[in-house]
Amino acid sequence: MTDTTHSFSRPFGISLRTVMPWLVATIVLLLLPFVFSANSTITVMNQMAITIIFALAYNMLLGQGGMLSFGHAVFMGIGGVFAVHVMSYVEVFGAPLPLPLLPIFGGIAGLIFACIIGSFSTRQAGTVFAMISLGVGELIAACSLIFVAFFGGETGVSADRTYGLPVFGVEFLRQSEVYYLIAGWLLLSVLLMYLYTRTPMGRMANAVRDNPERAEFLGYSARWVRFYSFIFSGFFAGIAGGLFALNYEIMTTENMSLVQSGKILLITFLGGMGFFVGPIIGAIVFTLLTTVLSRYTELGALYIGTIFVLTVMYCPRGLAGLLMMHEPAYRLGKLRLLLAPYLKLVIPGTVAVLGSAAVFEMLFHVRHATPGQHEMGLFGITFDSHSPFAWVIAIGGTLAAMVITRKLIPQINDAWHDANTVEGGAK
Amino acid sequence: MNHALELSDLKKSYGKAEIIRGVDLKIDKGERHAIIGPNGAGKSTLFNLITRRMAPTEGKVHLHGQDLHGLVPFKVNRMGLSRSFQISNIFPRLSVFENVRCALFYSMGFKYSFWTMVDRSKPLTEAADAIIEQINLTSRRDLPAGVLSYAEQRALEIGLTIAGGADVIMLDEPTAGMSNTETDYIVDLIRKVTVGKTLVMVEHDMGVVFGLADRISVLVYGQIVATGTPEEVRANPKVQEAYLGTAITAEH
Amino acid sequence: MDLILVNLIDGLVTGLLLFMLSAGLTLIFSMMGVLNFAHASFYMLGAYFGYQISQYMGFWMALLFAPIIVGIFGAGVERYGLRRVHQHGHVAELIFTFGLALLIEEAVQFFWGKSQVPFMVPEALDFALFSISGNAIPAYKIFMIFIAIGIFAGLLYVLTKTRIGMIIQAALSFPRTVEALGHNVPLIFMCVFGVGTALAAVAGVIAGPVLGTFPGMAFVLGSIVFVTIVIGGLGSLWGALFASLLIGWMTTFAASYNVGLAEILTAIGISKPVDMANSPWRDFWQITLSQIGPILPYLLMVLTLIFRPHGLFRKGGL
Repeated sequence: MTDTTHSFSRPFGISLRTVMPWLVATIVLLLLPFVFSANSTITVMNQMAITIIFALAYNMLLGQGGMLSFGHAVFMGIGGVFAVHVMSYVEVFGAPLPLPLLPIFGGIAGLIFACIIGSFSTRQAGTVFAMISLGVGELIAACSLIFVAFFGGETGVSADRTYGLPVFGVEFLRQSEVYYLIAGWLLLSVLLMYLYTRTPMGRMANAVRDNPERAEFLGYSARWVRFYSFIFSGFFAGIAGGLFALNYEIMTTENMSLVQSGKILLITFLGGMGFFVGPIIGAIVFTLLTTVLSRYTELGALYIGTIFVLTVMYCPRGLAGLLMMHEPAYRLGKLRLLLAPYLKLVIPGTVAVLGSAAVFEMLFHVRHATPGQHEMGLFGITFDSHSPFAWVIAIGGTLAAMVITRKLIPQINDAWHDANTVEGGAK
Repeated sequence: MNHALELSDLKKSYGKAEIIRGVDLKIDKGERHAIIGPNGAGKSTLFNLITRRMAPTEGKVHLHGQDLHGLVPFKVNRMGLSRSFQISNIFPRLSVFENVRCALFYSMGFKYSFWTMVDRSKPLTEAADAIIEQINLTSRRDLPAGVLSYAEQRALEIGLTIAGGADVIMLDEPTAGMSNTETDYIVDLIRKVTVGKTLVMVEHDMGVVFGLADRISVLVYGQIVATGTPEEVRANPKVQEAYLGTAITAEH
Repeated sequence: MDLILVNLIDGLVTGLLLFMLSAGLTLIFSMMGVLNFAHASFYMLGAYFGYQISQYMGFWMALLFAPIIVGIFGAGVERYGLRRVHQHGHVAELIFTFGLALLIEEAVQFFWGKSQVPFMVPEALDFALFSISGNAIPAYKIFMIFIAIGIFAGLLYVLTKTRIGMIIQAALSFPRTVEALGHNVPLIFMCVFGVGTALAAVAGVIAGPVLGTFPGMAFVLGSIVFVTIVIGGLGSLWGALFASLLIGWMTTFAASYNVGLAEILTAIGISKPVDMANSPWRDFWQITLSQIGPILPYLLMVLTLIFRPHGLFRKGGL
């Protein structure tokens, strides 16, 4: 990231290499609805985009600022609720507000609320910050049931987005129109959040995360640096909230609960909090995973919990960290050395994972299906969940796949070593 | 009014234990001043009091004639006082370049800016590279600071301390735990980077102290028993009795 | 007056129950610096294991064995999970326990289903011990009080009077030194974690029958336990006791005295808005004490952290 672009800079100092990823992202976002045109897929993509913004906003705190928050959903929630109120105001009074500007209001609400909370919570990082965020999260979640006028109580608040001013004739009735609106905000937010990391404040956020005391002796107040990270994070969480409100046209208590805050922590960590792209990967993978799992199994949450715990234990740098591990090999141009061993791993690995899942599914079926119901379907096969034969196959297959996977590990290690060694080098 | 630093009747106590028992000291502008003393004399505590890492129980510190009472460290730093730490205190996950650049932001006027792109500022990059050059870490520029060797981290520590252009530099045991060659390297570095600045340092290595310092203060049990040029201090019987004794005579 | 007495007893029961959880949590924190998010999950596991064992061997055996099993499980979590994550820092540890809490809740649902299991008060204690002007006080409540007090006394004795307690106390503040003296600090950590989770399981076994044994029980209590030890001051046993009782009584009294904010507001001379239905302050006027009772602990915690970040009972940094 510290490449010396300045010495080779073009007019305006922007090189093609820096613009490239953004161009590609724009084109992909433009083309996606043509590839996946089903309404249900577009819904998933909308959700993904909102989650990406929220996760990146969250990582401004966790990854860049070193502040672990257990109540960040509150900022998204408040932004969303405020946006809904603005929407109904437009609906009732016919205020001339084009819909695409709505998320700004969510962002401002998030920013203001973050200024209030941040004024006392950013005094310290670490445990104190985490606990205050938990307390504030619970307080707001509880308040959302008490203050019905603003939060709407149990039923939440809702509005209709189609009453806004049409923009060039678009009234946002169709799902794909909403998609482009969200995609536009996604690009803008991601770009702004990325640029923020390149500013003095963004750099100092990292410095304060690593060593707040040293930062103080370099002329910076650690508290102010944290405060800036905090309010910008609140702003973008609010933007995500505004988009959520715009997409679903409803905000409820659930959107600001502890569960929601926990989920965003999970997503960010899964993707890798040490990298800017981490939360993006996390949000995409997590949304896909939950969508797929909820379609095929009742045990989705169990699997996700397992994945999460395994990630923390074995791969604390997340998926992005896993990818970045391959960077040295890529630089040496030896990535292809890893291809064959990886491919060998695919089949036994997949069987081991799916097999374990099958064992869980069968166990669950035996315990919780209606009494007398022995027939269960899994991976398109229908069989008797009580028959010993099925159990032998499931457990035997899984174990065999695990053994094979384990046997392949040394090969991977060797290939890994080869791929990361300089040709003819001493090591 | 020509003093860079002026301590008057500075005291620090924890409960009944008095660590610093009334220190008076004036350090001139441009002077290289060393504070020496046996272990547990309170040298690091004195440093912490001057830089406002801790608040003194009593007494005052004046920096360029301004009272530092009630200020927090970052304010003191902005007034032109910068310090290093006994244990390397750097940003381990940032690259060497990023470390130095962070030390430059405030003094180069970026302050709390969240609208300028740091990579686009040529003066900033050049200044950071100049300092890295000065501390001899150019070949390590893009490595995370956490993986540097001990001596390199100490050099970086000094780089961070001088980067902001402060005119009072305080170094806490800059050569602690170093081999002879490393010590020579650091001493040269210190001499090089503190030209025209006021230097206050705590140091155990008498060779370093007598080679670098214009004046020396001897701190024993929270009080200064002697201040003067190296020759005066070496000749002072009180000092010899209290602390140095044979050490100096053996060295020279 | 009688109602106050009943509330005092109820609050005491809630408070002591909280204390059984917070005592273990605060010990674990002060030893390892880990805020264990999954602590209440061990409490839930205690209740479920207790239920399962009581199906075959009765309540008393459950009270004996469930905590032992959970304690061993907890020690295993420390040994094979937490210790591994430890090298990645405190944030990773917090996140690990957070994930563990999620996983345990899902696992419990997996084995016992989503609905409440019929874990009952043992027959030997299923009677009203005495009554206060018509309010029967079940013997089981008094039993809970005695168990909790017994645990506190035992813990205090072990920590202050025995050799192992001395070592633990020393390891709390100076783990390195204690290790240098030849004590096996990782083993001590593992044991403290095991005992802490076993204590939570005791609370689970005795609370399961009265508060209900269901997959959400850890979530309901989890954050409150956190709040308790933060208010009391992380690492302070007396602070944990004080904060537990405070929260127990506070929530009990708030729930039973249904004072509305409206009454207070009129009492201090603010008059009700005439057009109540359209007033933006409508919700304020309708707030009652029982409504805000459950959030009082959180409010107290945030205020504590703002004005006294080390908790009420502790000096020095977190």
